[in-house]
Amino acid sequence: MTGSMTSTRNPAEEMQTDPTRDRAPTSTTFSRTLGLAALAGSGWLIVFGLFLSPNDRVQKTGVRIMYVHVPSAWLAYLAFIVTGLSSIAYLWKRTRSLTWDRIAGASAEVGVLFMGITLVSGSLWGRITWGTYWTWDARLTTTAFLFVTYVGYLAVRDLGGSQQQRAKRSAVLAVLAMLEVPLVHFSVTWWRPLHQNETVSDGKLSGLMLFTLFVGIIAFTLLYVWLVLHRQRVLALLDQVDDQGLDVAIAERRDEAIAAQEVPS
Amino acid sequence: MIGMLNATFVLGSYALTFAAIGLYTLRMLAQARRAARQVPPKDRPWT
Repeated sequence: MTGSMTSTRNPAEEMQTDPTRDRAPTSTTFSRTLGLAALAGSGWLIVFGLFLSPNDRVQKTGVRIMYVHVPSAWLAYLAFIVTGLSSIAYLWKRTRSLTWDRIAGASAEVGVLFMGITLVSGSLWGRITWGTYWTWDARLTTTAFLFVTYVGYLAVRDLGGSQQQRAKRSAVLAVLAMLEVPLVHFSVTWWRPLHQNETVSDGKLSGLMLFTLFVGIIAFTLLYVWLVLHRQRVLALLDQVDDQGLDVAIAERRDEAIAAQEVPS
Repeated sequence: MIGMLNATFVLGSYALTFAAIGLYTLRMLAQARRAARQVPPKDRPWT
């Protein structure tokens, strides 16, 4: 009986422990370099955004919010598009892999974070320029709707079931949700709301202001890649834990059955 | 230097932005450490 019990050992007990690896289990040399670059970029953004870039003629110092607001909006769009494309890659039989599902989930989570930042920073900027934190104009409303959609997407991922079931239902939702991104982006053109039109492509920004905006976009893009890289590895670890839990439960039931057979009648 | 006008909103937006990213990162790394205790290194393909 004791011999059969050895098979119920948790696989985690059998692993080699490496203190360096366990402090940063999702890190690699590449991700550490990327993280440092993102950190440096963020530092540059703060220095340029708060101190070196000039005030705007009309908005005065309020324009500095643009350097976090616009890059975070851009990152949220990028994140949701990556979620959609990864979901298509999962749904397509030739490329079907849970890695795509984890990239989609990680990207959506980071996208929700950046979309939340967009809404809050935009609200503060709105208070300065429009005198109100919120107005139901087309850009703000569609952005809020996009945010809620992806919060819903994350909730759908947590509904339970097998990893394949989770991947399939969330992939379908992500492909549909991706269609909202152009709706939000072009809302300023289609409905002419209170929110200003595109500033960068219209050539209204130049010099240090344009440079600072690009610093923000590069810094946030590096942050996004770093966050998604780590987050999808965390999701892979959680899936492994989930698999192990299932394996241990099956082994325990098997041992219980063997033990019951060995009990003398 | 930042003028005092609306400085609270500007600084607040930067503080909220980086605080949100920082908190999310810390939460994610803590979750990674917890999960890694249960997964052998051979099951981490990136290492």
